[in-house]
Amino acid sequence: MGYASVLQCKECGREYPLEPTNVCEFCFGPLEVQYDYKNIAKVMTKESIQNGPNSMWRYKELLPVAGDDIVNINSGFTPLIKANRLGEELGLTNLYLKNDCVNPTHSFKDRVVTVAATKAKEFGFDTIACASTGNLAGSVAAHAARAGMRCFVFIPADLETGKIIGAAVYGPTLVAVKGSYDEVNRLCSEVADRHGWAFVNINIRPYYSEGSKSLGYEVVEQLGWKTPVHAVVPAASGSLYTKIWKGFKEFNQLGFIDTPTTQMHLATYTGSPIVTAYDEGTKDVRPVKPKTIAKSLAIGNPADGYYALNTIEETQGSATAVSDEEVVDGMLLLAQTEGIFGETAGGVTIASLKRLVKQGKINQDDLTVAYITGSGLKTQEAVEKVVQPLHVEPTLNSFEDALKATR
Amino acid sequence: MAQAKFRFTFPQDLVTEPIIYNLGRNFELITNIRRANVTDDQGWVILELEGDQDEIERGIAWVTENKVRVDPISGDVIEG
Repeated sequence: MGYASVLQCKECGREYPLEPTNVCEFCFGPLEVQYDYKNIAKVMTKESIQNGPNSMWRYKELLPVAGDDIVNINSGFTPLIKANRLGEELGLTNLYLKNDCVNPTHSFKDRVVTVAATKAKEFGFDTIACASTGNLAGSVAAHAARAGMRCFVFIPADLETGKIIGAAVYGPTLVAVKGSYDEVNRLCSEVADRHGWAFVNINIRPYYSEGSKSLGYEVVEQLGWKTPVHAVVPAASGSLYTKIWKGFKEFNQLGFIDTPTTQMHLATYTGSPIVTAYDEGTKDVRPVKPKTIAKSLAIGNPADGYYALNTIEETQGSATAVSDEEVVDGMLLLAQTEGIFGETAGGVTIASLKRLVKQGKINQDDLTVAYITGSGLKTQEAVEKVVQPLHVEPTLNSFEDALKATR
Repeated sequence: MAQAKFRFTFPQDLVTEPIIYNLGRNFELITNIRRANVTDDQGWVILELEGDQDEIERGIAWVTENKVRVDPISGDVIEG
């Protein structure tokens, strides 16, 4: 049995049964899953978690599924590593990296999609769908393959072929939509309304987004049942950022940790409407057309922007927007100090972390966790400039000459 | 009859224009404002539209041609 109780509107508080729906019929506010924490506390302990599977499903009681038929490709429980060399570069002695590149389809999207796919099956859907330019597409298609579900992936028609191979390989039906991003967005919403499909980030969104909480739980467990002083989290819609914080709070509610005091720092691209609103001291998130190399963060109308701003306020956190140049520098710094090839969003996180240290918002010894949410293998073009081989003839002399030139 | 919900965002120069009135008048559509926030420099409206699917699409094409941004009510659907 599961412990999710109802869906509740984040705006007006109205409650709905656990169904495949994502907005309040009355005020059109977003719906969020609520849980029966009292009963969760009776069965979930630190020991039960530690004895659970080595995946995010060790926190099953806090995920909105009812049965045991999990669509599982072993997402989560990724490494939290102490980043001594990167810390030295940045002037931090207590820096950790949560490396979510090592999920089965190489991004944190596996966490949300495993929940969405499981829930879709529970609801009796035979088709699962999404609109994506990369990570989400791969994860949805992989989970559909694992579950034996039909899968539709909507992509903009001008998306480069290379970007979608990582999804196409799992055998979904790709739908290339001729039109702008806005038009693709609208079409998908209309398709979700009309067809009886599980659209992971539309009608399944309340369940889907809950998977991100596991990035909060895992960090707490891996730090020895405590929260960091600072968390630096990349943001597109703002959902991941708010859900990590929700994860910390839930662990407190269950008595696993003291009241969390983490300052949640949101990291994103220059022009993000979340940062614009933060800088202007408002919570009015005004849609934009994003322009950034951090494609996985390029959301112009962030669904959870308002709630992310609330979390910044609640945690005395911050929002940082970094330039494309800083993103590339961040990717290279991460790769060349810690051996982690993060995607552009990882570059955003590291560049933001660097700024936060410079601004004095993070002190030298503060326990800090930076989230690296996807692998750089999918955004290799961002760092093409690093390929500068030594050109040599096939002779030792030529090699020795080239080697001298590098000294 | 089909029903659809959208979020319209109006830039400053359109805040004073009767776009929604004209949408209902020029197309066979019933418009129903469900939430809104209009300031002097920008405005957004969450709107329900009811009519034939083709007519909804023609109406949306017309408002976007008129520089109104039209989004799904629950934010961007395409993710990275």
